[in-house]
Amino acid sequence: MRVTVRVFARLRDIVGAPEVVRDAAPGSTIGGVWRDLAAEFPELTNYERSISAAINAEYARMDRVIDDGDEVAFLPPVSGG
Amino acid sequence: MCGGGACSARGYTDYVVSLLMIGPDKLDVERISAPLGDDAADGAVVTFLGLVRNHNAGRRVLYLEYEAYEPLALKSFERIAAEIHGRWPNARLALHHRIGRLEVGEASIAIVARSAHRADAYAACRYAIERVKQIAPIWKREFFDGGDMWIEGATADPDDELARAHAERAACA
Repeated sequence: MRVTVRVFARLRDIVGAPEVVRDAAPGSTIGGVWRDLAAEFPELTNYERSISAAINAEYARMDRVIDDGDEVAFLPPVSGG
Repeated sequence: MCGGGACSARGYTDYVVSLLMIGPDKLDVERISAPLGDDAADGAVVTFLGLVRNHNAGRRVLYLEYEAYEPLALKSFERIAAEIHGRWPNARLALHHRIGRLEVGEASIAIVARSAHRADAYAACRYAIERVKQIAPIWKREFFDGGDMWIEGATADPDDELARAHAERAACA
């Protein structure tokens, strides 16, 4: 199955694009998608403990199982205001 | 009021959509607060504007660029409005955040809170900005004399009760 992965701010700079489409095995979690992406872009591992995640524009935990076609987002620490 | 019980509730869903916004336009407080109306029972309006300042951590700031994960940021604003509605039922809130390039002196966020009494309006306004900084997926990139960097603050976790309590303490200080 395929998921769209969106990344923001510094994570977007590291990945070099605002979103990428990646294959994921059935039963994969958000955390699994993150680990695959971090294997591809090792600089991401610096954010292992500080990122938040979302699925289809709702905050979600890393152990959340994803479905085909989901939009997964990884968010570095926020700085709005 | 801080420490007080629930007062008469008014639904927030009626007006919440136009009151919570993200966009590239300059923030205009009169336009933003217009949908709040001018209820004759209101005795206080508190407005907060967050401005781009010309210095940060010893650096001379030239300008900022803001970006947002817009659909989730709007949902975060709705959550903040709902939290305020639960905590200060008499207060009504407008909250707009600007994105894109902002020059020194321009406003990045405008929050307007109206209520019968100043305590609720102040508390709602302060709580809103504290929560935006905690849970809204918005980022600023600082362009300064000699380079640029993404500013990274809080790890966003809307279910972090300690962070929420911290915001409430700040609101009621």
